[in-house]
Amino acid sequence: MRELKIFAIVAFFSFLTYYLVEPYAHHEMHKKMDANGVEIKIESHGFTYDGTDDIAEAERAGDAARVAVKKAFWTDVVEVSKLKGDATAGEAGFGMCLGCHNGANMNMGGVIPPNLDHAGAIYDKNYLIAVIKDPAMASNVDHKYADTMMHPMGSIKAMLSDNQQIADVVAYMLEHKAGEVTPKEAFTEACVRCHAVRYTKTTQLGDTPKFKHKKDELAYEIKVIEEQDMVKAYMGNLPPDLSMMIRARGEHFMETFIENPQGQLPGTSMPRVGLNHEGYEKVKEYLTEAGDPSKKAREELGPWVIGFFVLFSILAFLWKKSMWRDLH
Amino acid sequence: MAHFEKANSLNEWLDQRIALNTLKKVLNTEYWIPKDINFLWAMGMILAATFGILVVSGIFLLMYYKPDTNLAFDSVNYTIMSEVGYGWLWRHIHGIGASIVFLIIYIHMFVGIYYGSYKRGRELIWLSGMGLFVAFSAEAFSGYMLPWGQMSYWAGMVITNLFSGGSLEAYGLVEWIRGDYVPGDAYLTRFFMLHVFLIPLVIIGLIVLHFGTLRIPHVNNQEGADIDFEEAAELYKAGKKKESKVIPFSPVFLSKDIFVMGVYFILFFYLVFYNFNFAMDPVNFDPADGLKTPAHIYPEWYFLWSYEILRPFSKDVGLIAFGIAQAALFFLPFIDRSPNVAPAHKRGLFQVWFWVLLIDMIVLTAMGKLPPTDPTFAFIGLVSAVLFLLMGPALFIITMFEKKIEKGA
Repeated sequence: MRELKIFAIVAFFSFLTYYLVEPYAHHEMHKKMDANGVEIKIESHGFTYDGTDDIAEAERAGDAARVAVKKAFWTDVVEVSKLKGDATAGEAGFGMCLGCHNGANMNMGGVIPPNLDHAGAIYDKNYLIAVIKDPAMASNVDHKYADTMMHPMGSIKAMLSDNQQIADVVAYMLEHKAGEVTPKEAFTEACVRCHAVRYTKTTQLGDTPKFKHKKDELAYEIKVIEEQDMVKAYMGNLPPDLSMMIRARGEHFMETFIENPQGQLPGTSMPRVGLNHEGYEKVKEYLTEAGDPSKKAREELGPWVIGFFVLFSILAFLWKKSMWRDLH
Repeated sequence: MAHFEKANSLNEWLDQRIALNTLKKVLNTEYWIPKDINFLWAMGMILAATFGILVVSGIFLLMYYKPDTNLAFDSVNYTIMSEVGYGWLWRHIHGIGASIVFLIIYIHMFVGIYYGSYKRGRELIWLSGMGLFVAFSAEAFSGYMLPWGQMSYWAGMVITNLFSGGSLEAYGLVEWIRGDYVPGDAYLTRFFMLHVFLIPLVIIGLIVLHFGTLRIPHVNNQEGADIDFEEAAELYKAGKKKESKVIPFSPVFLSKDIFVMGVYFILFFYLVFYNFNFAMDPVNFDPADGLKTPAHIYPEWYFLWSYEILRPFSKDVGLIAFGIAQAALFFLPFIDRSPNVAPAHKRGLFQVWFWVLLIDMIVLTAMGKLPPTDPTFAFIGLVSAVLFLLMGPALFIITMFEKKIEKGA
C-alpha cells in the first residue's frame, strides 16, 4: 500500500511538471491576442470557406471599410455558389483558364500557374468561385496588392465577370476536373509552385529528373535557382522546403494554417490555397510520406513492444514475489 | 606465485585466474542491501539501464550520423529516419531516453534528499552523483546540438553566450568555445566529439565511482536505520531471512529492480511510440538558420529550472544566481547540519523545506518555458528564483536547530 501511495505522489508531480511545460506552456506561447488582450481562438472550419475568418480579422483591425469589402465579397461568393452551374456551358470559360494553367511550367508574374487537372477534387467549391471573382481576396492576401502591384491572376476578373458564367466554370471543374487524385498530384497542384521538398527530390519545377551528365544536372540546377529567385522576388522570401514540415508543426497548426495562413501568421505572403478536406488529407499524406515515413511502422510496432514489457513485468512480478516470499 | 591446478570446469578455470567466485560474492550474492526499502530504491538500476539503452541506440545512430553543418540535419531526418531500417526506432529511443533519464535522475535526487541519504558517511555518494548530474547535463546539451535544427543552433548560441560572463564581455572565450564567431562547423564537430567520446567516458568513470562510494556506507533504508550489516548478513546466511534486516543484491534485490524496470519500460516505450514531442521538439525539425531566430527559445525541460534562475534578474546578477544555483546542490551534505539520517516526515521543519524545494523547482521549471513577456509569469519566476536561492541558508538554519531523534523512536 505504502508503495502505491509513493507511486501516486511521484506520478502526480511528474504529470504536473509535464502538463506545465508541455500543453500549458505551448498554449501560452502560441496563443494570439487581439488589441484588448482577449485571446483569439484559431479554429478549423473543416476546410470550407465563407470568409468568416477574413471578416473577423478585418473587424479586429478596426477597419470598417475593409470589413464592408470582405463582407460584400463573401456574400457574393455564397450567392454564386447557390446558382446552378452548367458544366457544358462552363467548358468554354474553362478554356480561358487553360491559357495560363496549361502545364507548360512557365513562370507568370511570380509563380508557375498550377495545373488544374484535379481542381474540382481538391479545392472547395466556394473557394473556386472566390478565386475567379477575385484571387487576392479569395486567398486572403489582398493586403499585398493594395497599392500598385497586381495579382498575377488579377486579369481573370475582367475575363469572367458574370456570376452565372463563374458558376458554370466551377461546375465544369467539379465535374470534369475531379476524380481520383493521388497524394502526389494533390500536393503538386496545390503547393509545388512555391515549395520544394528535397526529401522527395521535388523543386518549384516539379520532380527533378535524373541526368546522365553532370553538365545537364548543373544546367537544371540553374533553372531551379532562377525559378526560385522569381518566387522569392514575388513572395518576399523563398517559401520553406516542406520535407520535415509534418514534424515541425503540429496537426492543429497545419490544419488552421492551410485553411487560413493569416490566422497563424498575420501578414504572411502565403496565400490561402483553398484545399477542401479531401485535398488537405492528400497533402498531409504526401508530407507524412516525405517527413515521417515511419509513422505507420511506428504505430504497428508499438503495441507489440509495449505488450512485451507488460508480459515482462508480470513475469518479473511473479519472480519478485517468489524471491521475497520468505523474507517477511 | 599463485597456485594453478587443472580446472574441471570453466567456472573453476576462471576462479583460479580472476577469483570469479569471490567477485560474484562481493558484487552480487553477498553485497547486502537493506530489506526495508520501496520501489524508489530501484531508480539507480533504472538509470543504469537507461544509460545502457542510450549507449546502444547511440552506437546505431553514430553509424549514420554526419557531423557537418551541411549534412547533419538530413543525415538525422532523412538517412536515419527514412532510409536506415528501424533508424527511426533508434532515434526515438535515444531521444526519449535522453529526456526521461533526467526525470529518473531528479526522482533519484529527491529520494536521496527525502531520506537523508547524503549524510553520515554517504557524502561521496551525493557528490559523485552530482558529478554524474553535471556530466549527463553536458552530454544532453552536446547531443542536442547534433541534429542541427533551429533549436540546436539557437540553444547553442544562447548557452555558449553565457560564457561571455555578462559585463566581463569575454567574447574571446565564447569564440574559443565555439571555434567561430557563431555556431558553425567547428562548433558542431567538437560537440560531436564531446557527445560521443569524452563525456560518455567521464560518465562511465563516474558511474564506477558512484557505485564504489556506495560500498562502505551501504545503501540507506526507508527509516534511516543504522544497520549492522555484518551481523544482519550472518543472520541471512544462517537462513534466518525473516529476522535479518538485509537481502543480497542478487537475486533478491535485483528481482524487485527488474519488476520496477519492466513497469518503467512500459511507460518508456509508450513515449517512444506515441508521445515523443516533449522530447523531440517540433521546432528542431526546422533546419538551423542563423538568420531566423525562433519566436521562443527554450532549453529542454530538465534545464528549465536553472534557466529560470538566470532569466528574471539583470545580466550579471542572473549569471551569479545561476552559478550559485548550480554549485549549491553539491554542498547539500555540508549545509544540512542535522545529526539525523531519517526520512523527511520524521524531521519536522525539514519536511516542509523538502516540499517547498520540490514545488519551487517545478514552478521554476514551468516559468522557464512560459513567455517572460507576460508580467505575471515574470513575477512568479522572480519570486521562485529568489526563494530557491534562500533555500540553502534556510536549510542550514532549520537543520542546525533540528533535535536528535532518539533511537527506537
